[in-house]
Amino acid sequence: MALRQCAIYGKGGIGKSTTTQNLVAGLAELGKKVMIVGCDPKADSTRLILHAKAQETIMHLAADAGSVEDLELEDVLRAGYAGIKCVESGGPEPGVGCAGRGVITAINFLEEEGAYEDDLDFVFYDVLGDVVCGGFAMPIRENKAQEIYIVCSGEMMAMYAANNIAKGIVKYASSGGVRLAGLICNSRNTAREDELIMELARQLGTHMIHFVPRDNVVQRAEIRRMTVIEYDPKAKQADEYRTLAQKIIDNKNFVIPTPITMDALEDLLMDFGLMDEEDESIVGKTADEEAVA
Amino acid sequence: MAAMTREETQALIQEVLEVYPDKAKKDRAKHLAVNDQTIEQSKKCITSNRKSQPGVMTIRGCAYAGSRGVVWGPIKDMIHISHGPVGCGQYSRAGRRNYYVGMTGVNTFGTMNFTSDFQEKDIVFGGDKKLDKILSEIEQLFPLAKGISVQSECPIGLIGDDIESVAKKKSKELDKPVVPVRCEGFRGVSQSLGHHIANDAIRDWVIGNRDGDNSFETTPYDVAVIGDYNIGGDAWASRILLEEMGLRVVAQWAGDGTLSEMELTPKVKLNLIHCYRSVNYISRHMEEKYGIPWMEYNFFGPTKIAESLRAIAERFDETIQANAEKVIAKYQAEYEAVVAKYRPRLEGKRVMLYVGGLRPRHIIGAYEDLGMEVVGTGYEFAHNDDYDRTIKEMGDSTLLYDDVTGYEFEEFVKRIKPDLIGSGIKEKYIFQKMGIPFRQMHSWDYSGPYHGYDGFAIFARDMDMTINNPCWKSMQAPWLKSDADDAAAPMAASA
Repeated sequence: MALRQCAIYGKGGIGKSTTTQNLVAGLAELGKKVMIVGCDPKADSTRLILHAKAQETIMHLAADAGSVEDLELEDVLRAGYAGIKCVESGGPEPGVGCAGRGVITAINFLEEEGAYEDDLDFVFYDVLGDVVCGGFAMPIRENKAQEIYIVCSGEMMAMYAANNIAKGIVKYASSGGVRLAGLICNSRNTAREDELIMELARQLGTHMIHFVPRDNVVQRAEIRRMTVIEYDPKAKQADEYRTLAQKIIDNKNFVIPTPITMDALEDLLMDFGLMDEEDESIVGKTADEEAVA
Repeated sequence: MAAMTREETQALIQEVLEVYPDKAKKDRAKHLAVNDQTIEQSKKCITSNRKSQPGVMTIRGCAYAGSRGVVWGPIKDMIHISHGPVGCGQYSRAGRRNYYVGMTGVNTFGTMNFTSDFQEKDIVFGGDKKLDKILSEIEQLFPLAKGISVQSECPIGLIGDDIESVAKKKSKELDKPVVPVRCEGFRGVSQSLGHHIANDAIRDWVIGNRDGDNSFETTPYDVAVIGDYNIGGDAWASRILLEEMGLRVVAQWAGDGTLSEMELTPKVKLNLIHCYRSVNYISRHMEEKYGIPWMEYNFFGPTKIAESLRAIAERFDETIQANAEKVIAKYQAEYEAVVAKYRPRLEGKRVMLYVGGLRPRHIIGAYEDLGMEVVGTGYEFAHNDDYDRTIKEMGDSTLLYDDVTGYEFEEFVKRIKPDLIGSGIKEKYIFQKMGIPFRQMHSWDYSGPYHGYDGFAIFARDMDMTINNPCWKSMQAPWLKSDADDAAAPMAASA
């Protein structure tokens, strides 16, 4: 089968890295050859696969060697659980330099060195939560990731971020082949969460590919720097990730999304009781003023 | 061709604008004007210092060019680091012909290129550590450098490097000024903002360095020459006139200038400004903070030189005023001989200028001394205060063009058919191929100086040898010549 390149986006802290690594473990279990490209200067996109906190990253190795041209592919690629290939772009400490440029440099390096020409079935890009500049959009530009999965939950900011990411996809979809492939709901146990995300997905023109329930086994596995599938293959949660993996293999639902307006998003949140009707009369009023009124 | 009337010039502008799309036409129309000497404020007739239109050929530079290339670069005993990738520094190295005295690489560094040569890793991880190291290396390799400036190229601003904190730390460590300059090229619409940023850096990191230090003995005749870049030796040809009239030139910058002269400038009695555009900011600052008055002067051509010398002398006592007259008298025979020799060869020749921030108005007098007329002029990066000063210098109904596009300039020239164009290297070969005599007026075409009485003699000679060069009679290929042409040029036929 042809190589499928997928990118995982979503609000910071929503569980992108955990979800990615768990579902990739599921894909590997099903015999798929997978590579994870971590696009985050924190370099924590592959630690559950490698059992290592932060491996040597492309940018750090390049800085030590002089330039990225001095590196070989085998210097940066590591194989982890079930032969999953792992690579981290790396980048600067917070507050210095340009992390976005690091992502661009790293992905170009992987391409030029032929990291994708192997017999891979899937590449997953795990991208920093906030797409703050062009560098973090690199995985969705032409000839990179074709399928975008957005991890979200039934919380206002997560949904707001999902809608914004959809806007970004529209921008690149017109010039390249990138498509929204679905929302992954990483549950926070809020009320009617599945219905809410399904409705958001419908409005965005896509589908909720899977509802991943909340389960403490994920945290227990994570403390051991393992995926659930490796730590406790019999756990119910392991099956959830296997299901997600299978759904991704079978997925044919690739769309140019239809992002919704802020008003429409607020209406949706109000319908589900996540937000109250705005009271225009109190806008800009201090406590003192309200007391007088 | 005869001088154009107001209506004809206006019609020419309209005709040239005609090819533009509506939006570009509307924008460019504001930058083209027919000169009207009765107008007091140029904002009534011309717009300047605006972003250039995409798609046109503009020859403007960037903020880095304005700071590194113009204001800071000529300070000869400092090392100026082009901080960022290698190209900005290397492709602009030593291009402006700022002459200086000194041992290059030992105590002066004017024609050298120092760069931090950014690589990918410096972008991704930031360049502050590298800058720190470079500053130490400079101290080790060039201990006689009196200070170091850090000239920011675009990436520094994009990645948010903290060059100020590095500069402060290293300045203390090396015990010499390290000046961070935020002149990233993407800032502003032209090099003009770079001048301003460079002036601000001089204000913040240099000018106050000797506040409270009265060890420097001053005299009532102390002046500073600011904004002469000593292109081809201009500042030297200017300075001698001031010294001959009894003034003491305490500081001269940036051309052949030093850090210590900059630091001493606030001690003078009067600041003499050559290039108003690039140094008016620091002059105003010294006026506000130290109460030092400033005045502009013009040392192009004997008429303007005499006017300026008298105006400068006016600020001092009778001795200086008498001296000014003596200086003018001393050179009178010399410049009259220049005029007598060249005026008959240049009388009535018409000139179009397009230069930077000062010369489009300052050189007019020198041409007029030779009997020539400037029929069109414009600036790359002027502001409206420059055009305010231009209107009175230019004849009525002449053409003014701001940030002129390649297309407009060519069309104006085709119609006006000047006898000489004075502009830059990018224009030179286009107009020469059109058969029009051309002089580079940024670099003096590798000649100069043009300032002062010494400069006027060279200026006159250069204009003559360009305009009256026999090559212009050989523009037509021999096989395209008609019999009539041959009859008119018997020399060519017999050759």
